[in-house]
Amino acid sequence: MAPDIRPLIQLRDVWKVYHLGDVEVRALRGVSLDIRAGEFLAIVGASGSGKSTCMNLIGCLDQPTRGTYRLGDVDVATLSANERAAIRSRRIGFVFQNFNLLGRTTALENVALPMIYANVPFWKQRRRARELLAAVGLRGREHHLPSQLSGGQQQRVAIARALANGPSVLLADEPTGNLDSRSSVEIMDLFVRLRRERRVTIILVTHESHIADYTQRIVTFRDGRIVSDLPRAESRHALEIVRG
Amino acid sequence: MNLLWMTAVTALRALRRNVLRSALTMLGVIIGVAAVVTMVSIGRGADAAVQQEIQSLGNNLLMIIPGATTVSGVHTSSGSAASLTVADATAIAKECPAVSDVAWAKRQVVQLVYGSQNWATAAQGVPPSYLSVRDWPLSAGRFFDRRDDAGANAVAVLGQTVVDQLFAPGEDPLGATIRVKNVPFEVIGVLARKGQTAWGQDQDDVVLMPFLTAERRVIGTQILGTVDMIVAEAATGELLPRLEPQIRTLLRERHRIPAGQDDDFTVRDLNEIAEASKNASAVMMNLLLSVASVSLLVGGIGIMNIMLVSVTERTREIGIRLAVGARSGQILLQFLVEATALSLVGGAAGLALGFAATRVIAYLAQWPTLLSAPTAAGAFLVAGAIGIFFGFYPARRAASLDPIAALRYE
Repeated sequence: MAPDIRPLIQLRDVWKVYHLGDVEVRALRGVSLDIRAGEFLAIVGASGSGKSTCMNLIGCLDQPTRGTYRLGDVDVATLSANERAAIRSRRIGFVFQNFNLLGRTTALENVALPMIYANVPFWKQRRRARELLAAVGLRGREHHLPSQLSGGQQQRVAIARALANGPSVLLADEPTGNLDSRSSVEIMDLFVRLRRERRVTIILVTHESHIADYTQRIVTFRDGRIVSDLPRAESRHALEIVRG
Repeated sequence: MNLLWMTAVTALRALRRNVLRSALTMLGVIIGVAAVVTMVSIGRGADAAVQQEIQSLGNNLLMIIPGATTVSGVHTSSGSAASLTVADATAIAKECPAVSDVAWAKRQVVQLVYGSQNWATAAQGVPPSYLSVRDWPLSAGRFFDRRDDAGANAVAVLGQTVVDQLFAPGEDPLGATIRVKNVPFEVIGVLARKGQTAWGQDQDDVVLMPFLTAERRVIGTQILGTVDMIVAEAATGELLPRLEPQIRTLLRERHRIPAGQDDDFTVRDLNEIAEASKNASAVMMNLLLSVASVSLLVGGIGIMNIMLVSVTERTREIGIRLAVGARSGQILLQFLVEATALSLVGGAAGLALGFAATRVIAYLAQWPTLLSAPTAAGAFLVAGAIGIFFGFYPARRAASLDPIAALRYE
């Protein structure tokens, strides 16, 4: 198998089972998914369908109860918490629905945050954070606090932060969920541009079809299983099923 | 290093955000450190004063004073009997092998007059050996010698307090004529300042004169040659314990005291008295130190409490940090540094407060105090250790948070 064909992300029969008191919750029931480097992919599904759980697994925030997850050459399921932290630091960037910026901390410092934990020298942190803010269109806002920025601008800061250590995977969980439609369009355009310019793999969790439309491939979850995995052109029907 | 620095900056910023809360949290540590510093300063000051006192008495000294007399069943105070004589003193010098030198004194409170000034002080008639036994230098002039003593010359050597009282500042007392009980004396020397004894007596409030002069022209006597005190110096510190029984045996023999009857004199080890007061001050200091330590402990618990609150408040922030790649050890470090910063800033404030309190106490109560760098450094380090100790549990709680749950925390 040639290395360029081998998927960047490979989930094989992944199960995730929680215990909430006496109740057993099967959030994922045998999910298998391959994602190649550079793909732009949407995960859609109703709430409770397992899409967020899957996202947490891919983001190395969590570990599968059963099954294997390979990220590049690494079998994540066997890693310790600290080793997963190292992978999150170097290879994964998160974008959240509610931005999750540190309050009372400037845009520049928010973007520099992941670099602190990656032991990047201070001056390099500053330089790279400036570059990233400029790349997401926030030149001149380096010293603004999150409270002084609009929702769209805050999400741009969050995207810049996610890119800080040059990750191979960008995980965006409902990134436009808290934004008005104009800001949503701007953010999605930014994702499209970043993917093109930086060749980063982007995985988007959303329940909005017009957001999923920006992607190339749409994976639909229901009840902890993947019910459809189609290129965008063929995915309309699947989305309708979800919302139906 | 980079991380530690960034963490320290973050920690200080977090503390600055809640100035009032941080200050209140530190209060326990501030008070604790201030109390410790003040107590130690006072204790060490007292120690140093006692040490100086031991030095100022002269080393390896035994003081022999007459015993109490019992006249018709009435006990008088010790030292009132006229049982010690110059002959006793010279016998000690001659016959006790452990002795190196002996001096004696006859004492009376007298009125001094110089010009329009007058002052009541203790006149002491002493032999020329007195200063060397007491280890007491002169600051000016000379001490009287054997000829002055033999001739009962009217010459006097003044203590600093007497000089201060009788003479104007800058006036040279040497060669001046003062009147002691109306007898004119020539001032031939001035003693160096010696300070107070451990029991608060001013040693510089004294006028020394040759023994014979005192006996014949100032104090007067019923029995010639009686003295109020004999001071015997042991040749070495090791011989001091042996000297005491030698003196006791000799004097009992000379005074013809039958076996089974009490001594008619008292032998005192001056160092022992000083040591006793030193021990008393050490006990007091340990007591106060333990109280101060309790305050430090309470301060530490206060820090732990507020750090736990802080961890809960900032659960989401912890989640974000974990998501962007912080290891749990790095989160632990951050909160540990914050707790330590709290306690160190508190410790520094406590040091400042303690120094100020020490100064104020030294000024108001006129107590000797001694601020020392090791004390300050020690208190500061203890404060830091308290921050680490009491910050560890909250920090570990922060570090063990599950990133997903922390991110969802509202």
